[in-house]
Amino acid sequence: MSAASDVTRLRATFGEKIVTAVEFRGEQTLLVELDAVHAVLTECRQALDYAMVLDIASVDLLGEEPRFEVVYEIASVDDAKRLRVKTKVAVDVAVPTVTDLWGGADWHEREVWDMMGIPFANHPNLKRILMWEGYPFFPLRKDFPLAGRPSDMPDVAFSDVAPMVGGPFVTCAGGANTVVREPRARPVE
Amino acid sequence: MVSSTATTVHTAYDSKIEGNMIVTRVDAAINWMRKNSLWPMPMGLACCAIELMATASSRFDISRFGMEVMRFSPRQADVLIVSGTVTYKMALAVKRIWDQMPEPKWCVAMGACASSGGMYRSYSVLQGIDQLIPVDVYISGCPPRPEALIEGLLELQKKIEGEKSTMAQKQVFFESRS
Repeated sequence: MSAASDVTRLRATFGEKIVTAVEFRGEQTLLVELDAVHAVLTECRQALDYAMVLDIASVDLLGEEPRFEVVYEIASVDDAKRLRVKTKVAVDVAVPTVTDLWGGADWHEREVWDMMGIPFANHPNLKRILMWEGYPFFPLRKDFPLAGRPSDMPDVAFSDVAPMVGGPFVTCAGGANTVVREPRARPVE
Repeated sequence: MVSSTATTVHTAYDSKIEGNMIVTRVDAAINWMRKNSLWPMPMGLACCAIELMATASSRFDISRFGMEVMRFSPRQADVLIVSGTVTYKMALAVKRIWDQMPEPKWCVAMGACASSGGMYRSYSVLQGIDQLIPVDVYISGCPPRPEALIEGLLELQKKIEGEKSTMAQKQVFFESRS
């Protein structure tokens, strides 16, 4: 039993619903249609013994349609095999929750909701987790600036624009020495 | 101290003459008492809190200055040491704690994040706790070494030494008399 054989088995079971299966340096990634993702993950959890969800992340593919991608990283408990399951989802479309499969998915999905604005259907507690309830923006979307936007909820929290002073200060990775690698202002284009 | 001759000017406490009494100004006495028993309210939000804890422990020991009494109730504390990143989510809670502290109170912004937002110029971090509360001493560092925190607290002590305590307390009274 390995991730590669699991991929073959899942492709046999789900056929067209698994759009692509990519293998890169030993890592298996499946791109699944949104309406089948819960079924695929149920199969992984119950039949294929992927008992841990390591991460649920989201990607903002601004400009593409559908706009978002939700990425599930799952693994067996002894970490012998790992699988990545991706699904594309459009703005304001709900993704079925996997909290019924893995309890650890609860907070990951809340974070995806908070940061990207992807709702999860039947989630037991879909509230913001990092920002505060009532914050009007989704900060990790590509059209939201790093410096933030002003908002005000009296007695709860407020937010303001951070002074960028020429742009975020980023280090030049891979520079020859620490002097070259010092963080410099690099304005967002 | 013993007075030597009749022409010596007494500028210091002389136990033979004054016994157990010290003559001084009210302000000096009040400031001495306040600066030597500054009870911190540790607003330990992030990594600087670890350095604050290290400063309070035996190697660096702020107990020498009377500051080991970390009062976690703002009602019983004198100085709010904001140590760590103040996120917008936490900002109003810090303000509420500050408002609950009774006068006289001071604030120390420990570390880069509390002073100015630090390396986090972003949508979620308050760019300096001085946007909300008046800060007396800023301590730079990420995190500042315990020695730096102690130096900052000693600076605060020097600031307290120079305060006009009775004037500040009785300000309305003095103003109405002039």
